[in-house]
Amino acid sequence: MPRVGVVAVQGDVSEHAAAIDRAARSRGETAEVVEIRRSGIVPDCDALALPGGESTTISRLLRDEGIDEEIRAHVAAGKPVLATCAGLIVASRDAKDERVRTLDLLDVTVDRNAFGRQKDSFEAMLDVSGLDEPFPAVFIRAPLIDEVGADARVLAAWDGTPVAVREGPVVGTSFHPELTPDVRFHRLAFFD
Amino acid sequence: MPEETDLEDLKRGTELVKRGFAQMQKGGVIMDVVTREQARIAEDAGAVAVMALEAVPADIRKRGGVARMADPARVAEIIDEVSIPVMGKARIGHRTEAQILEAIGVDMIDESEVLTPADNDYHIDKREFTAPFVCGARNLGEALRRIDEGAAMIRTKGEAGTGDVNQAVTHQRAIKGTIRELWGKTHEERERWARENEAPADLVHETAELGRLPVVNFAAGGIATPADAALMMHHGCDGIFVGSGIFGAEDPVEMGNAIVEAVNNWDDPERLADIASDIGKGMKGQSNVGMPEEERLQGRGV
Repeated sequence: MPRVGVVAVQGDVSEHAAAIDRAARSRGETAEVVEIRRSGIVPDCDALALPGGESTTISRLLRDEGIDEEIRAHVAAGKPVLATCAGLIVASRDAKDERVRTLDLLDVTVDRNAFGRQKDSFEAMLDVSGLDEPFPAVFIRAPLIDEVGADARVLAAWDGTPVAVREGPVVGTSFHPELTPDVRFHRLAFFD
Repeated sequence: MPEETDLEDLKRGTELVKRGFAQMQKGGVIMDVVTREQARIAEDAGAVAVMALEAVPADIRKRGGVARMADPARVAEIIDEVSIPVMGKARIGHRTEAQILEAIGVDMIDESEVLTPADNDYHIDKREFTAPFVCGARNLGEALRRIDEGAAMIRTKGEAGTGDVNQAVTHQRAIKGTIRELWGKTHEERERWARENEAPADLVHETAELGRLPVVNFAAGGIATPADAALMMHHGCDGIFVGSGIFGAEDPVEMGNAIVEAVNNWDDPERLADIASDIGKGMKGQSNVGMPEEERLQGRGV
């Protein structure tokens, strides 16, 4: 049974935990889900979710708790990561903002909150490469993916801008697949 | 690159989008700030959001008079200063203050008993807004009425501006305890409970089945130390509002950092001992035991 860690220093942790559980069950499997608020847990995880939340807070606590280097080692070992919204910002190569120390897990640069404030937040159906039917995407004060490196592949775009990317074992989204019952992104990142 | 998606299908201000914003605050600390300088300190300390208001609750208490929405220009300055979400307080039932806050781009509106209520009978109809709302509650009936009106987040009322956590604990225990009771009740017993407590029956059933409120549930009102914040997390809160406790403390930077770290480490007493050490004095505060009814803010807007 795979052990999937949800980075839980801040953000929508229980939503990811539930989505991982649903995704595993949809394949007739079970996954053990663990919350990560301290160092020492990541090395025992087969896959990781970096949730939505506030990227300044998450990046600060990851460093304070010494979890940041463990996540880098996890990706260096080729193990999967799904990073959503704030998680994508933290996973990026550069957020162009000194308030966020990024982990450089994905060769993309991002603009924080580029889609605007909460009143500009939205939901929409999104065409995703590799998925037959459109995916219900929820964008909340979402970051914009700016530059995409040579090894990163765009999985979905919104209004001409990439909003989902994959590089090796790491999948990053500007939106929140954990907020809807649709398990396809969690399956794509962790199980397929 | 995959095909473009049709822009016309875009939906804003839906329940999913509003509740989703609140879900992103979980595990975080939302700090009251009065100036842009304080907002910067709060962001650097690791706050997930700031609440922009004219005066912190402890000062509102001292000052007396009518407490209103902050000057929109000051709120706009704070929005300009920080990259994290900015919330603002409107008076209970004052839909125009809420509309003004929404117009200047506030990310969430707190319809708050800390300000002087504008309407004695009705809260704001929050469903007609694009901006999500947070509302205070002392018990499950109040919480479900606010959710029915469209609140995307519930916080305990506590007793704001006192630095005494007693009432926040009381309110959180009341909400959680009642949900546990409802869980064991039959359908018709829950229906009866809904009638007796003036709560919408569909939300009563939903809450009983979930075993928790259907929206994010924060603690607020009197939280003044890292230990207070950790205590409220122990009581099952999703996160913490700190009002006067940061900028009423001797060293707001140390106190802000410590409360953020305490929320992440709420279940680790050894770490908490370290986090709570040498951070300067907390706000002076005022015990709410025996506080006269007319001085209590929590009875406003039930």
